[in-house]
Formats: sequence, C-alpha cells, structure tokens
Amino acid sequence: MAVQSPVRAVAVVPPPPPAPRRRRTPVTWVRRGGLTTLLFLVPLLVVFGVFSWAPIVQSVVMSFQRTNLVGPVTFVGLDNFAQVLADPLLWTAVRNTLWFAVLALVFGYPIPLVAAVLISEVRHRRGLFSALAYLPVVVPPVVAVLLWKFFYDAGPSGVFNTVLGWAGLGPWQWLQDPGSAMPALVLEATWAAAGGTVIIYLAALAGVPAEQYEAAEIDGAGIWRKVWHVTLPRLRGVLLVTFILQIIGTAQVFLEPFLFTGGGPAGSTMTVLLLIYDYAFASSLGGDYGAATALSIMLAAVLAVLSAVYLRVTKSWSAS
Amino acid sequence: MKRGLISPSERATPAIRRTLRAVQGVLLGALLLTGLGPMLWLAKAAVTPTQDTLRAPLAIFPTGVDLANLLTAWTRVEIDKYFLNTVVIAAGSWLVQLVVATTAGYALAILRPRYGGLVTAVVLGTLFVPSIVLLVPLYLTVVRSGMINTFWAVWLPAGASAFNVVLVQRFFANLPREVLEAARVDGAGPARVFWSVVLPLSRPILGVVSVFAVVASWKDFLWPLLVLPDSAVQPLSVRLPALQRYVELDVFLAALAISSVIPVALFLVFQRLFLQSGALEGAVKG
Repeated sequence: MAVQSPVRAVAVVPPPPPAPRRRRTPVTWVRRGGLTTLLFLVPLLVVFGVFSWAPIVQSVVMSFQRTNLVGPVTFVGLDNFAQVLADPLLWTAVRNTLWFAVLALVFGYPIPLVAAVLISEVRHRRGLFSALAYLPVVVPPVVAVLLWKFFYDAGPSGVFNTVLGWAGLGPWQWLQDPGSAMPALVLEATWAAAGGTVIIYLAALAGVPAEQYEAAEIDGAGIWRKVWHVTLPRLRGVLLVTFILQIIGTAQVFLEPFLFTGGGPAGSTMTVLLLIYDYAFASSLGGDYGAATALSIMLAAVLAVLSAVYLRVTKSWSAS
Repeated sequence: MKRGLISPSERATPAIRRTLRAVQGVLLGALLLTGLGPMLWLAKAAVTPTQDTLRAPLAIFPTGVDLANLLTAWTRVEIDKYFLNTVVIAAGSWLVQLVVATTAGYALAILRPRYGGLVTAVVLGTLFVPSIVLLVPLYLTVVRSGMINTFWAVWLPAGASAFNVVLVQRFFANLPREVLEAARVDGAGPARVFWSVVLPLSRPILGVVSVFAVVASWKDFLWPLLVLPDSAVQPLSVRLPALQRYVELDVFLAALAISSVIPVALFLVFQRLFLQSGALEGAVKG
C-alpha cells in the first residue's frame, strides 16, 4: 500500500507531456529503488535457493533415480518406492515409530498441561517454577542422551536401578530389553521436550480473561468446574496445535534411537528416520540415495496428508 | 496482579489454601528433581572419581573431589579444541542467520517490492517441508561443492530459516513508519535507513533471533555429523558420542558437563528472553 503513493507521485509530477504513462522500464525500476530492494533480497534468495528450494526439488527428482556419487545417474521410475515398500525393515520401523508416537502422547501430552495449569496459579516466584521446567530444553540433546544412557545402566548400581533398589525393585534392563527400550527412549525425550510445551501453555493461560472465571463463579462453579468449562475450552486451539506438532515431531524421531540403541535391541527401536539415515549413510547399506529420498518423500507426504485431514476435522472443534 | 483460575475468596478458604500449598510444594519438588536434578548430578559426577560414580552413583563425594577430571577433559581429550569449533560454528551460523533475516525482513516489510508476496509465500512454504526431505540432496550439494569438512557447510544452510525471516519481518512491519519517513526526508537512502534506523530499533527481536541461533547451533547434531567427518573440525555434539568409546568415565562426564555450561549459562542470563520467545515459537508454528 505504501508503495503506491510514491508511484502515483512520479506519474503525476513529471512536467514533460510526451510521456503520458512511462510504465516500468528497467531504468525507472532502478530509479525507484527496485535494484536496491533486490540487492537486499540477495542473501535470502541465494541461501534459500541453494540450501532449501533446490534440495526440495532435487529430493523429488532423486526419488525416481538410481544415484550414488560414482556411477551414472539413471531414471528408474517407481523402483525406489517399490524397493522401500518391499523392505521388511520398513514395516518394523513404521510400527516402532507409531509406538514411539503413542507412548510420547501418553507420557508427554498431559504432563505439560497439568504442570502449566499448576504453575500459572503460583503467586510467588512463578519465574523459578517455569525456569526449572524449561531447563532440560536448553541442555544440548546429545549431552542429555549420553547422560541418560548412563542413568539407564543395567547393572544394579546404575543410577535408576539404585533408586529402584530403594523400593526393593529391579535391577531393570532398560535399554537392553526389547520391551523396555522404546519406553526408556520416550521417557528421556519427554523429559527433554516437556518444558517447551509448558511455556507455550503458560502463555495461553495468561490470555484467559479473568471475567470468564468470575462469570463461572457467579454461576456457582468450583475450581474443577472452572478448569473443565473455562480453562480447557480456552486452551482448545493451542492444545489442538501442540497435538499435531507433537505427532509430526515424534514421527521424525532420530537422535534418541541413534545414540541410545542404534535401532536395537533386535530392531525394537528402529525408526523411520533411522532407516532413512541407514539407507543413505550407514556403512553396511549406505549410498542408496534413491531409497533414502523416496522414503523421506513418502514420510513427508503422509505427514502432510495427516495434518491436512487433522486441520479439516478439528476446524469445527476449535471454532465452537 | 491479574487473578487466575482460583479466585481471591477461594484462596482465603483454609482448606483450599492448604491443598494449594501442598500441591505447589510437590510441584516444586518434582521440578527440582527433574529439571535441576540431572544437571546437579552431572556437575557432581564431573568432579568425582570413576570408581565412586560406578559403585555409588548417588552418593555425594564418598572419597572426595577430583577436580583433575575437568582439566584432563579440557586438555588431554582436547575438549578445548571441540569447544572452540562449537563456538566458531555457532558464531558463523548466528551471523549468516542474522544477515539473511534482517536484509530479507527489511526488503519484504519496509521496501515492499511487488513480488514480495510471492517471496514470502515461498519462504513460508519451506516451513511445511520436514527437514528430513532436504537431508540427502543437501548433503550431495555440500559434497559436490567441496564444502565438506569446512564450516561453510554448517553456516550457510543455517541461514535458510523461515522462522527467523517471519519473526523479523513481522517486527519490522510494526516499526513506527514516521521515524523511517523522517530519516528518508533527511536524505537517508535505503541502506542508511536499514543500518542506522531499522537495526538499532530492532534490538529486541535481534536478541531473540540471536539466542535461538546460538542455542540451535549448539544443539545441532545430525547435520554437522554428516558434513564434518574430520574430527579436527567437529563440534562437541558430534565428538562426544565418539569420545565415549575411549575416554575414562569420569573424564567423559566432565566433558559432558563442560558441553552444557554455555547453553545453561545463556539460559540463566537471558531467562526472560528464553521463556517469552519459547512461547513465541509456539505462536508462530501455530
């Protein structure tokens, strides 16, 4: 809008009549600052062009090609997709990723909400509460995983097993047991991420108008009914968003299985992202860039469809 | 102070007040245990001899303190070198992100070319593409261009952050236009307005972007692992898992502690910024 006023001024002001509407020639474009504007956009265009847009396009192209760094590139149609879909490891990985996502929802979805509602009612030193909740988020993830890996030590003098020993339990195998390895990963991941969600909920809680609580009180509502009929409906929008963001995030879990277990024991923590990494970069498989891109495109497509359906279905919920 | 869920009269009720106090006490205890506990344990273990940590991990200094761990980690295990690499990588990523976000934000929010909407749309579009899709082609780009084992391979891709561009663009769009207009009337060109007016007015948002950039770079693992295979240029996050195999436990834990110091210190100093912009991240993602 603001661009238009100088344009109009130029069109009106010029005294020589022979040029009634000097429309955008390169010269006028430069004179009006078009070149300067473009120069300011150069960093964005170069960086996004080379490191974001081009790779996205390339990824789609590569999923139809057989490539490695040495041999010639050949188009193979849908072979990569067929190869990936026929890989029995894929279905293990999909099952494990879904399992991770479900566990992460069970552990990780309610905890930040409860914590945030409680923290928002703290009157003194609320900053201390939220800082403590957020602290694990700033610990470098690699440090967190390596530290927890030590905590999970399976011996009787492992950190967690010592605590279990006080209660007369354990020692548990944690990461060495195919049944408990994934829950152990999820526990660490929840610890590492919950603080970020708490902060988001706290911001949303601060936006709940006090009048609504007062109105509920006039209607005779106690604390629980206020939580149920005012707080939660008010948070519905942000709760719906964090839900789908968490699904999208957990579908791409990599660091925990990669550093904790490398996909083991017995493939029980092999996830989709770990499989993509293995296709492309692992020393044993390795270099199958076509399969890796095909799988990552499929993952992105599934997530896109899922988010679209989710938004569609929940649209009416958050509006009411 | 604004009231919340619990009304002042409810707070005055003894039963509610007692319950509330108990619940908050439990909450504080749980937060101390989970939030601070692991970090305190790591700090303790960093200066405890290996045998003590192995035999009684939860005992506090059963046979005394061993400060030499930190020194050994810093010098003999060359944590100093990887620490420096991490700092250089973070600084470069920070600079690239700041340059891209501010110049683009200025062009899109203040200079506003006709094609600005298109550029914004294509930048926003990248938010919907999971980064895993980029991984292999981006890696091949880096290999082909010879950037492998150079810091450029980490610095430049870091600049392609749509989140930063959106944040800065929104902030710039809300700057008081009279001030920019006044500078223009005084004869300042677009570059001068950018450097002497817009940037100084934008310290708050530049602070947010800077903190995010440094912390994200410090946390990054997979990308530097791929493009920096030579251990001489690796950051801490990439080097630590490899160190675990041949370094003694107490020194390894000391190395973990050293690696967490900077991000945790940044958080303690800029707490308000972190907690506010953490919520901001949620708002933009939503």
